[in-house]
Amino acid sequence: MENLSLMFAPLMSSKLMIVLVFGTLFGLILGVLPGLGPTTGGALILPFTMTLDPLSAIVLLTAIYCSATYGGAITAVLINTPGTPAAAATCLDGYPLAQKGEAGRALGMATVSSAIGGIFSVVVLVFFAPLLAQLAYEFGQPEYFALAIFGLTMLASIGEGSPIKNLIAGAFGILISTIGKDFMTSIERFTYGINELSEGIGFIPVVVGLFAISEMLTQSTLLDQVFKRVALKAVKLPSILDYKKTWKTIFRSSGIGSFIGVLPAEGGTVASLIGYSEAKRWSKNPEEFGKGSVEGIAGAEAANNAATGGAMVPTLALGIPGSATTAVILTGLIIHGVRPGPDLFREQPEFLYGIFGSMLIANILFFIFGFFGAKIFARITLVPNRLLWPMIFAVSVCGTYSLSQSMLDVWIMLFFGVIGFFMRRYGFSVVPVIIGLILGELVEGTLRQSLVIFEGNWLLFLTRPIVVTFFILSFIALIFPLLRKKKV
Amino acid sequence: MSNVQKQKRANKSLPFFFKDEFKVSFTIILVSTILLISTFSFDIVPPILNRGIQPATFPKGLLLLIIGLTLIVFYLSIKKPWKVEKKLPKTFFLTLLSFILFVIISKMLDFFLAISLLSIFVSYCWGERRLFYLILVSIIFPIIVFIFFETILGLRFPPGIITNIYYQV
Repeated sequence: MENLSLMFAPLMSSKLMIVLVFGTLFGLILGVLPGLGPTTGGALILPFTMTLDPLSAIVLLTAIYCSATYGGAITAVLINTPGTPAAAATCLDGYPLAQKGEAGRALGMATVSSAIGGIFSVVVLVFFAPLLAQLAYEFGQPEYFALAIFGLTMLASIGEGSPIKNLIAGAFGILISTIGKDFMTSIERFTYGINELSEGIGFIPVVVGLFAISEMLTQSTLLDQVFKRVALKAVKLPSILDYKKTWKTIFRSSGIGSFIGVLPAEGGTVASLIGYSEAKRWSKNPEEFGKGSVEGIAGAEAANNAATGGAMVPTLALGIPGSATTAVILTGLIIHGVRPGPDLFREQPEFLYGIFGSMLIANILFFIFGFFGAKIFARITLVPNRLLWPMIFAVSVCGTYSLSQSMLDVWIMLFFGVIGFFMRRYGFSVVPVIIGLILGELVEGTLRQSLVIFEGNWLLFLTRPIVVTFFILSFIALIFPLLRKKKV
Repeated sequence: MSNVQKQKRANKSLPFFFKDEFKVSFTIILVSTILLISTFSFDIVPPILNRGIQPATFPKGLLLLIIGLTLIVFYLSIKKPWKVEKKLPKTFFLTLLSFILFVIISKMLDFFLAISLLSIFVSYCWGERRLFYLILVSIIFPIIVFIFFETILGLRFPPGIITNIYYQV
């Protein structure tokens, strides 16, 4: 109870409230612009967070996460293009309903169900993250190694791309983390005589390159696309009939989204697709889906916003990112010197509950801003790419340079931008690279420390029940997507 | 016949070394092999300092994993060819060229000038012809970014012909 009262600390701090309002508005803009979204936007803002204290920095990133996830729905409804990948399922019914002249109703339903999903997931976060962290007190090095392996094998089932390609991308991410001095023996690896590489490759140049610069290259191939925007008069609150029709769907999808979010490496995109298909399966009117069903919008939007809180559970409790954006948030935590895990819950409850509280407030704020400002935000979609992306490039370059005032970071960013473009072109998701990069040190460090404990005997891993459980789960995580693909 | 089916059929008729799946797999395996060979030049730690495994062992394992998984991807692509990707448009290559020019100009002349020139070049290549907007993205916006980073974040940009004038060097 004492900790719960800490959740309302952001309300008492004018600085945190300003950060929250800015983060929510900025997140909405990012969500509305196709190609940006919470992950790229979070990556772009990461260098700026260095000027803030750790709590304000993470509050900013989480506010962006919550509101940008919702913001994607505005574009999905009005121009039939998901502003974020997590809003892809919202297009299926949002746009047809908007075409019928009910864009306000579609956005109203998206706004309400997103806010309920988001708030539901914060409740899940508040209760489950400490429980999971408590469980992690039992973990030694071998258990952390097995957990990190489980997190990495979950990459196989990330929504887009083939499972094997995702694993290759994840292994590539871990490989990047080995560049520089070996943290146990100080032996240089893959530095090739470049002194600046001795400290390893920073997270931010890789994150900005893989998300922002590769997206710029992708946009350069899509210049012939023409978007038609449906007119929007005002966002309408759903009618009582709409609520009666959708309340079960909203709560079911909130539960599904929170659960999917908790699973390492899964996120809003998978959650919204499952939330949508479950809404259709349970609906009394499944034939309306795809033609402008409010249940379809509610199912997808409640689930993708519920995944935000869910994804923060493993991120904060175990240091294993629950989604692509939480990987960026985890990067933010690391560069601010905050190591997530059970100790964080014991030593800095005010920090953690401040994050929980600000996520709750961010969900309320985007509801208000979305409800009254969707019409204005919708106008942002009219900013042409030929103006937007050169500006993003300027911010990316300066932001990346600003961290250690090193031009090498800028070259690394551009290099990973090109790599990221070709990865996406040939069906390799870039998200596993970031997760691999973040988990790389944990995987190698815990493996080597475990082997020291076990005196080099690998078989002793199998004598620890938690390790065996994670290995079984990892095996299932590897096999399941392959079987699912075969079935399809 | 759907577009995807058409693309897959078109891909089947290509000689194997022209197919994307071969080119991609070959590139990954080639780069991984070169990196794998370079791991043999890593220093070896004496047993007394060695914590668990040698520093080269972990990257070696990863590279072998990447090579193994890439071979599986290639094998699967023989059964189920990838769809042929659309040819990259001219604007992509121009954008890529702008990155190269950015690197050269920022190294030889000035970082700020490089950002400005890239912005106007990309914006123009992507179809912007209105002078005001070209000035907006290439001069006004970079100046705002420069001032923001310089004054608010206290960043010092690398020396160059324009930044030297600003810093009065």
